[in-house]
Amino acid sequence: MALSILIDWFPYLFSGIVLTLGLVASALIIGVGIGLPMALGQVYGSLAIRTLISIYVWFFRGLPVLVLLFLFYFGIFPALKLDLPAFYVGAVVLGLWGAAYQSQVFRGAIQSISEGQMTAARSLGMSRFQAIKSIILPQAMRIALPGWSNQYPEILTESSICYAIGVAELLTRSSQIVSQTYVTMPIYMACAIIFILLSYAGTSGIHFIEKKIAIPGFGPGEA
Amino acid sequence: MDQITFILDVMLPAFSNGLLMTLTLIAITAPIGFLLGVAIACGRVYGGKGLSWLMQLYTIFFRGCPLLLLLFILYFGLPSVGIIFTPFVASVLGFIFCNSAYNSEYVRGAILSVKEGQLIAAKALGMTKGQAILNIVLPQALRRSIPGISNEFIYLIKYSSLAYMITLVELTGASKLIATKYFAYNETFFAVAIVYLALVTVTTFGANALEKKYAVPG
Repeated sequence: MALSILIDWFPYLFSGIVLTLGLVASALIIGVGIGLPMALGQVYGSLAIRTLISIYVWFFRGLPVLVLLFLFYFGIFPALKLDLPAFYVGAVVLGLWGAAYQSQVFRGAIQSISEGQMTAARSLGMSRFQAIKSIILPQAMRIALPGWSNQYPEILTESSICYAIGVAELLTRSSQIVSQTYVTMPIYMACAIIFILLSYAGTSGIHFIEKKIAIPGFGPGEA
Repeated sequence: MDQITFILDVMLPAFSNGLLMTLTLIAITAPIGFLLGVAIACGRVYGGKGLSWLMQLYTIFFRGCPLLLLLFILYFGLPSVGIIFTPFVASVLGFIFCNSAYNSEYVRGAILSVKEGQLIAAKALGMTKGQAILNIVLPQALRRSIPGISNEFIYLIKYSSLAYMITLVELTGASKLIATKYFAYNETFFAVAIVYLALVTVTTFGANALEKKYAVPG
């Protein structure tokens, strides 16, 4: 009985999977888009920039995602007269939140490249920007990849909190199915298994990319 | 309403009740989550094949399953098979499962980082395996897992907010209720943000001090 309900509702659940992955993808994309410049700012920026970025990181890392979602969905966005659908609010909040964590991964990677490389690049006549783009970042990004990919399962599980602002992602849809069919445990368990599989599949995929772009003799621990 | 009376008469009492609930949740969860995490880690490293596999399944499930879903399973799911928890008990159980699963990974890593020769040496000195683990391996391993475990403690402060989703009114819940009732979203959520930031910042300093105090010289 439970199985036939699960099969009947699977298309509905599947759209939830798509939305969940959409949340995760935007969180990762915004995370890199903001996190990487923040990391560069924290390493190479002036004191004022460094302080500002530290405050940003402190704020977003110190707050529960639930409070951030409430703050942005009920407070900040309406105050700015931005009437965004819940999905976009969820994506933006997860992105800003993820950027705070990811910036620290990138910062660690950039700082692990020895300073002599920057000096050498500058003495070869490169500008600071050229040196960062062509010398530092290609190495740092490879070092950052394992730490960065660790963010994926975390963002995946935290994305379920978007339930609280009514984004129709996997958990929300599972709860809706539960309240429609009164079949509780099988649906929730199926939802849990889907989350675990998504987490496992994503992590394996990222490991594959890691191997693909690794430079021989320049793996983690060999640099 | 006047801002100051709003803060003093509405926010302050509600927040202090909520904060008390949040701290109670943490105070119950953290020690149990820690001990259970150590036990699971020991089971995974030193247990037989069956036990080790079981413990691995435990960590995979509770780390992979979103905490919010876990709370739903405990609070909305289990009554369908005749097990009924109050929101408080369901939250504490959910937090313990999640916290112990993550802690066990840190402790397991730390146990594996202690050289195996030490266990052999301890046994050669006449200790039983249990004595050797308790007196030789764990004192070193637990020191090394302090950064991970204190990190997880900070996570616990933050994810205790999810208890509100199964109707337990803790800090986040208290703020949501006020915000909705008085239609003061920005003020209330920024205020609760400050409370969380204070909690997390103080804990971070405490964790750093703890780490320094128990660092092995050299």
